[in-house]
Parts: sequence; C-alpha cells; structure tokens
Amino acid sequence: MEQTAQLVPLNWYIFLSTSLFCIGVLGVLFRRNAIIILMCIELMLNSVNMLLVAFSSYSGNSDGQVFVFFIMVVAAAEVAVGLALLASLFRHLGTTNIDMLNKLKW
Amino acid sequence: MDQLIFFSLSALTLLSGLLTVFSRKSMYSVLSLIFCLFTVAGHYILLNAHFLAITHIIVYAGAIMVLFLFVVMLLNLNTTSDKSKAFYFRAAAVSGAGMLFLVLIASLKSTTLGAYYAPTDTGMGVVEHVGKRLFTDYLLPFEISSILFLSAMIGSVLLAKKEKK
Repeated sequence: MEQTAQLVPLNWYIFLSTSLFCIGVLGVLFRRNAIIILMCIELMLNSVNMLLVAFSSYSGNSDGQVFVFFIMVVAAAEVAVGLALLASLFRHLGTTNIDMLNKLKW
Repeated sequence: MDQLIFFSLSALTLLSGLLTVFSRKSMYSVLSLIFCLFTVAGHYILLNAHFLAITHIIVYAGAIMVLFLFVVMLLNLNTTSDKSKAFYFRAAAVSGAGMLFLVLIASLKSTTLGAYYAPTDTGMGVVEHVGKRLFTDYLLPFEISSILFLSAMIGSVLLAKKEKK
C-alpha cells in the first residue's frame, strides 16, 4: 500500500483542468485578437479533454477516451472553418481585432 | 515519482497556458500553445492513454497548430499590436475569469472521489482496445465524423476562396 501514497489523486486533475479552463476563459475575455481567442478556445477544449481522460483512466472505462477522440475531430473541423472565416474577414477588413466586427451589434 | 512528474508537467502546462494568453506577439502565443499541448500529451501518457497521447500530438501539434502558424504568418499578424481597451475592460476580464475560477474551485474542493485511487493500467488506452471500441460500439459516430470533416474541408475552401469581383 505504500505505492498508493505516491499516486496522483484524481482531485489534482480536477484542479489542474479547472485552472487551465479558467486560463482559457481569461484569454477569451482579455485578448482582442480573434486568432488568440480561437487558440484560447482550444485551450479550454483541451482542459476538458484532459479531465475526461483522467476520469476514464481512473474508473477503468474507455468510453471517455473515445469521447476525447471525437472532441479532437470536432475541434480540428472547428479550427479549419474558423481560420478560413478569419482569413476572409482579414481580407475584407484588414484586421482581426474583434472590436472592428461590431456590425451585427445593432 | 508520479507526483513529481505530475507537478512539473502541471507547472509547465499552466505556465505555457498563461504565456499563450499574455504574450505580446501572436507568434509567441502560438509557440507556447504548442508547448502547452505537448505537456497535455505528457499528462495523457501519465494516465496510460497512449493512443490518445499520440493522436493528440499528431492532430494538435501536427495539424491544428501548423494551421494557426500558417495563418499568423500569412496574414502577417505578428506585428499587429493588441490594441487594448481601457484599463477597466482588462480589470473586468481578469476579475471575471478569477471569479469563475474561485467558484469552480470552491464547488469542486469538497467533492469526494473515494472510489478512484489510481489510474488503472489494464491496457485500456492502447491502440488495440480503443480501436476496437471505435470500430464496434462507436462505428456510426466515427463514420459521421468523417462526413463532418469533409463538410468542414469544403466549407473552409469555399470561405477562404477569393471572391470574384
């Protein structure tokens, strides 16, 4: 049993994922560059992925790992479309600052 | 030993995540996010999810972040400074994220997860097992995700194409 004293408790993964998620939220709120905002969304997705893998691994059920696989698929598709949108926006406006994208606000 | 690896990996993850948010240049943000994703892959290996660790490196570092790097370099965004709003805006962003962090930590602090002691090492995260699950129980979502990929590809080509004047 002295082996288990050295193991990482599951709570630590929860705290790590929470911290990483909040860093992502901070980036989305803090930065004005749309590309950085997209990257911070990736950061949030990754924190949730990590928690899913942790729970899957600790409970011995591989469903969570399959879900993470599908989340990766959706994230890749999302990034491809998002970056294409940003490229075409940049061609129109000459900037990726989201403060310039306020036409739909009123 | 595991705890030591976990702590050092977590410190690197959080540090590079913060660097992603606070870097002045977009290029440094992208590079630190790549580093952050590599440390997340290290966490996956620590959790005995080998297949996902490799997939994570291939998909994120190999495809997604290269896409980000290309766009940052193509649009020449490295020099554009992040023209910030007023001080109160930044303070509101920081305090909002900080309050979310506080609430989440406070609510998760008292959770008891007594049943789960250690990551199980039953060969669950290797390619063989995950692949078997993927091609039997999750075959339909797997095939549908290929259609999703195809539509995303067509959509991004259409969106990024130059419009005819």
